[in-house]
Formats: sequence, C-alpha cells, structure tokens
Amino acid sequence: MEKTILSGNEAIARGAYEAGVGVASAYPGTPSTEILENIIRYPSIDASWAPNEKVALEVGIGASFGGVRALVTMKHVGVNVAADPLFTLSYSGVRGGLVLVVADDPELHSSQNEQDSRHYARFAKVPMFEPSDSEEARLFTRLAFEASERFDTPVMLRTTTRISHSKSIVHPDDNVLKPAKADLHRDPAKFVMLPGNARKRHYFVEQRLKDMAQWSCEQDFNRIEEGSDKVGVITSGIAYQHAKEVLPEASVLKLGLIHPLPKDLIRQFAKRFETLYVIEELDPFIEEQVRAMGFAVHGKDKLSVCGELTPGRVAEGILGQPIPHAFEHKEELPQRPPNMCPGCPHRGVFHALNRLKAYVTGDIGCYTLGFMPPLSAMDTCICMGASIGNASGLARVLSEEQRQQVVGVIGDSTFLHTGVNGLMEMVYNDAAATVIILDNSTTGMTGRQDHPGTGYKLKGDTAHKVDLVGLCRSIGVEHVHVIDPYEMDATRDLIKREMARPAVSVIITQRPCMLHKRDILEKRPPLFVDADKCTACKACLSLGCPAIKWNPKGGAKGLAEVDKMLCVGCGVCQQVCKFGAFGVCDE
Amino acid sequence: MSNGVQNILLVGVGGQGTLLASEILSEVLMLSGYDVKKAEVHGMAQRGGSVVSHVRFGSKVYSPIIPEGQADILFGFELLETYRYLPLLKKDGQVVVNDFEIAPPGVALGKQEYPADIAAHIKETFPRSCVVEGIVLAKEAGNMRTVNTVLLGSLSTMMDIDQGLWYQALTNMVPQRFLEENIRAFELGRQAQRSRSD
Repeated sequence: MEKTILSGNEAIARGAYEAGVGVASAYPGTPSTEILENIIRYPSIDASWAPNEKVALEVGIGASFGGVRALVTMKHVGVNVAADPLFTLSYSGVRGGLVLVVADDPELHSSQNEQDSRHYARFAKVPMFEPSDSEEARLFTRLAFEASERFDTPVMLRTTTRISHSKSIVHPDDNVLKPAKADLHRDPAKFVMLPGNARKRHYFVEQRLKDMAQWSCEQDFNRIEEGSDKVGVITSGIAYQHAKEVLPEASVLKLGLIHPLPKDLIRQFAKRFETLYVIEELDPFIEEQVRAMGFAVHGKDKLSVCGELTPGRVAEGILGQPIPHAFEHKEELPQRPPNMCPGCPHRGVFHALNRLKAYVTGDIGCYTLGFMPPLSAMDTCICMGASIGNASGLARVLSEEQRQQVVGVIGDSTFLHTGVNGLMEMVYNDAAATVIILDNSTTGMTGRQDHPGTGYKLKGDTAHKVDLVGLCRSIGVEHVHVIDPYEMDATRDLIKREMARPAVSVIITQRPCMLHKRDILEKRPPLFVDADKCTACKACLSLGCPAIKWNPKGGAKGLAEVDKMLCVGCGVCQQVCKFGAFGVCDE
Repeated sequence: MSNGVQNILLVGVGGQGTLLASEILSEVLMLSGYDVKKAEVHGMAQRGGSVVSHVRFGSKVYSPIIPEGQADILFGFELLETYRYLPLLKKDGQVVVNDFEIAPPGVALGKQEYPADIAAHIKETFPRSCVVEGIVLAKEAGNMRTVNTVLLGSLSTMMDIDQGLWYQALTNMVPQRFLEENIRAFELGRQAQRSRSD
C-alpha cells in the first residue's frame, strides 16, 4: 500500500489489522478512542465497545485463551479500572497474543490527572513498547503481538496524546496476517490462577522479564544514533522527537521497549559519555533505573515532572535557551473554554441545581462543564462512576437537613460504566440521596460513541437497549422518575421534591445529545429576542448558552441577542425569561 | 525543497473546521514530497473551545509540535484566537486571518470586552499578513461552509506548491458532492490574496 498520513491511533488500528487481530474491545477515552473507531474499517476484526475497561480486558483475555489475537485499548485512567485482571493476566500469560494499548495524557488536555502508565508495566511485570511516531505505532503494534506470543505475556503499548493525535507518514505493509481460528484449549495449570498454580507462575513471570531484557538488547527497536562523543541521550516515545530536534548533535539511545529495560545496552551506551541525559515525559521512570545502575545522569533536575514536553521546554531545560517571543500580549485576553452545545439537554438541569443550591457530586463527561460559570453547579468530580458513591458517603455523614442538598449527577454511559455499582451500594446501605442520570443516549464527551444503553453497537448495527428505569428498579430503587429536561419547571420541581425525600431516588432526564450521530432530533426553528420586551435583566445569560450573546450597546440598557446560526430552538431560554422576550422565528 | 522545517500553526474555535483544513494542508504537503507532521488536541466533543493544530514540513521533521516563537505562518479562522497565538509566531512571520469574530463566554455574558482592532494590531507587528473576508467569499462560492477552503486558497499564495497538487488534495479530502463549490472557494481565496499583493 502507498504511503499515507495517519494519526498514531489510525496506525495502531492498521498495525492490529496487519497482525491478524481477531477481537478488539475498549471503552472510549481520550486520546485512545479513535483506535476502535478506525479498526471497524477492517471487517475481519470483531470490534466492540465494552461498558468499562475492566470488562474490555476480560473480553480480550477470553479471545486470547481461545487462541485469537486480541487488542484492548483505553486511556491511562482506564488502566486503574482494568488493573485487577491485568495483574493476574501477567501470571497466566496468553494463548493468542494480547496487546493492551494505554494512551497517557501529559498536560491533561482532557483528563482528571496526569498518570504515567509506565509504572503499571513495571508494577504488573508486563513488557511495554513505546512508539515515537505513527509509523512506529503501526510497526510496534505488530511487534507487540509477536512478543506477546513469543514470551507468553500480555504486552502493553503506551502512547501519549502527541502520538495518538499527531499525524505523520506511514508505509502500510501489504503482508497482512489472517485472524487465527478459535478453539477450546484446556490448560488449567496456566489459565486457573489459584494459589497453587499462581505460585509457580510467579517464577515464570520473573524469568520472563530477565529473558525479555536480554532479548531487547539485540533488537532493532532499540537503536543507537551515533553523534557527539561527549553528550549522550537516552529517550523514548515522543520525547525522542523533541530530543532530536533540540540536540541534533548528540548521540541518542532510542528505546522502543521501555520495560523491561535493556540494561546491558544502556550500560554500554552510558559509559561512553561525559554528559548523559535522560529525556522523558512525566516521571523519571528510565532515569531512576539508569541511576540505580550507577550512572550519573541529568533528567528531571532540568525538565519538569508536570506537563508535556515540547521542543521549547526541552531547549529551555537542557540547553538553558530562553523561549523567544517576537510578540507578547500586554493585556489579558478573554479565555475561551469549551462549553455545552446550544440546545444541550444538560444545561437546564444544571441551571435548576444551581437555583436549588444543591451540593452536586459530579462525574466524568460533557456535563462536567456544569462546573463552569454561569451554571456553577458541580462540587466534586473524581473519576468515572464516582458521583454516586461520593453522594452515598456524604449522605451518611451529614445532618438530615444538609443531606437533602446532596445530588449525584452522572451520564448514561458513565452510569453503565461503573456508576451502577455505586447505586447498588447506595440502595444496599440506605444512603438517602438523589441521583440524576443525564441520559442523552450516547457517550457525548469522547465523541458520541454507543454503549449498552443506546441500542446500537460500535459498527452501527442494532443491539438490545438496557432499560435504565428497569435496571434502577431491579437494584432496589423505589423512586425512579423520567423527565424531559427541556421542561424546565417540571424538571426543577421534580428535583426539589426528590431532594427532600428521605430515601434513595433516581431521576432520569431523557433527551438526545445535540450532536447525536443518528437523526433522532426534532428540528426546531431558532429563536429571536424581541427588543421591545427585553428588560436587560440578563436572566437568560445565566444559562451560559453559546447562542445567546449580550449586546451592551443594544436598547436603552443593553440587549440579549440570539445567534440564529447557533440556536437550535430548544426553548430553554424562553422558559427562563419572565418577560416573554424570546420569540420563535418563522421558518 | 528546503531542508529547514517550515511551521504553520492553525487556530480557530471548536466547530469551525480548523482540523479539516489542517488535514487538507497536510495532504498537499505529503503530495509535494515533504515529510510532514501534524499535531492537535481533540477528543472533547464540546464545541466552542480554542482549537490549535500544528503542521510542520521539510525534508525531515522530528517533533510534531512547533517550538514556541518559531511558527512561520499563523493561519487563523477567528480574530481573537489568532491574536491569542501571535506569541508563537517568529519575528518575520506571516498571518492569514479570517475577518470574523466569535464572542467567547466572558464577552457573551457581558463581563469582558472583545479586544478592539485586532486586525490592525496584527498588521502592525507582522506587516506581511493578510486579512481575508472569508464569509463574504464563501457566500460567493455558493456555500457558507467553504470558509476554510477560501482561507486555504489565500494561504496557498504564500506557499511554493503547485496549484494542481492543491486540487488533488481537495479531491482526496472533500466529499465529491461538495468538491465543485470548494474548488470555487479555493480560487476565490487565492484570487483575493493575489490581487492584494499585485
């Protein structure tokens, strides 16, 4: 196939196809999401969304035990969810190759923490490859499957945002393997990890790491690029690219396998240089191991542990070169954070929660933006699914009066991910709090993916649709209510009533996401502001709708205006305006 | 083909199609025989946030990120966002900017003011810059949504790339049914800039 420009994620999908992967499973998470969205271009792969990362890995394990190569993908925080099966899979090993792609997010472009997943590779005693561009992403995916079977181990492939979402030229390989045919293979000593078996496998795991470290010393995914005999750099992943740009004269040991480290190779390289740098993003993972080998090395004394590296930051840290600026702003510019879309069904719910002075335990999704002013209606947000558990804990320690303010807010996809477990806990332990499931029929935040509650699968074919009301009832929630969040007064009254209730209650707000993939939205004409009726009270601005703009020069006291290009006619502003100033355009 | 790496920074507001423009630009650069890398951050589906895409090309590109203060061209789809990223431009850099304002939340809420005279400020510091009436020309091309292609047409006058390759890139990246109006939009953007520099 001819050269083409691919993102790291597209290249991983291609690599998996070339490697004969038969099954791929994931929960969407930035920046890993597009791997599965691209893998569906290859019909030989059975690709699907799982309700969470732990289940995704368990699906992969099943396929692997059946003899088929499996790809599992997630973002860094997803590994926390999948850690349980991962650590035991390290012991059992695989049958068909199993590769777990983990996408880290240095700089927290869209994450709740900066987490260096390389520690998971070391912690779980699993090898980890790290590509430094799209072509390597394709190549290392193939390599990872070969290594997985050769060393009987799951293999992790780590990307970062700048690998996942950067594009560079890729040369796809026409030598494509076919997925293996699955069969039942009984080997309880390997697949049943109870103490008697697992104890023996631990010795295997330790020996495997030693073998791989030795093997890695002779593989060309680790390479030395000869340059200066004074300055040596050890690096991997995207940091390699920044290092090459900033230190073009240095000798570079570029590592493709970053766990286990090829220590003999590092020793040979390191001893040659007066000055040795380890250039790596986030934690001093390689640096500490090189230092433990007895080498004096510079790394995090010059580069930050926080945030992502850029060529500028590397030049500044290593070479002491200040960042040049031809232009600097003298004034502070208005920030432009992302916002819920015009017509977003969540907007009115957060408006109501703000007015009701609820203490909102929030969750991960578009609706985390309910934190932003002017809605300002979110008080906690920890991780996927935590909102309900957090609400449950709070409800138990608060006074009766304060408890009534606690509302857990979670999306439909997140509820099915891990929120459902929190709800079971809440009912089981009688923690009287209110839960709102914002059901927009999709996984909005990551780009509108399907889940077990949407009625569709990854490739678009129909599926059984989880009945959220029935599910909540079966858990034991007696008070389950469904409401259209566009009906502002009714929604607010319902939330107020349920907050006062001294029992667990669930409100499901049902309205599809404005960007829903399927044409299930009713089209409504946009609104306009009647200048004669607008009193400049600014109540409509409290919604934070991008389609409503304040014009300080309009009217006598200023005027609200609607951008017809953006307005989708949801009518929420109409309900907030006490003066009936919002009219519907004739269209 | 120059050995030095050239840097183009594309900026805009989420939903404007900044990323598609950077896709077309990367495609034409690859077709021209350059090594090319493109980096951006995406994945949060919400609209309205600040969007930045880095495109770098040359005989060999390492980092996909443009070093601070080293962008050759700043290619902007909205005035304030273009103004925001001026510090990334190098001293003799150029700006191509769409003459279009989108109010950020603080401005829409009446709490902040949209900076005045941005286009003039840009021209003052970077005199080789051009302001393009993207929306007017896109309407003329027959579809408001071809603004990005109009702007690409203007950008193309600053780059030494065969016109035929631009058409090839558009053909590869734009759905067939929109191709004709996009070619028209590209031409209008190109002519607008040409006539200005003549």
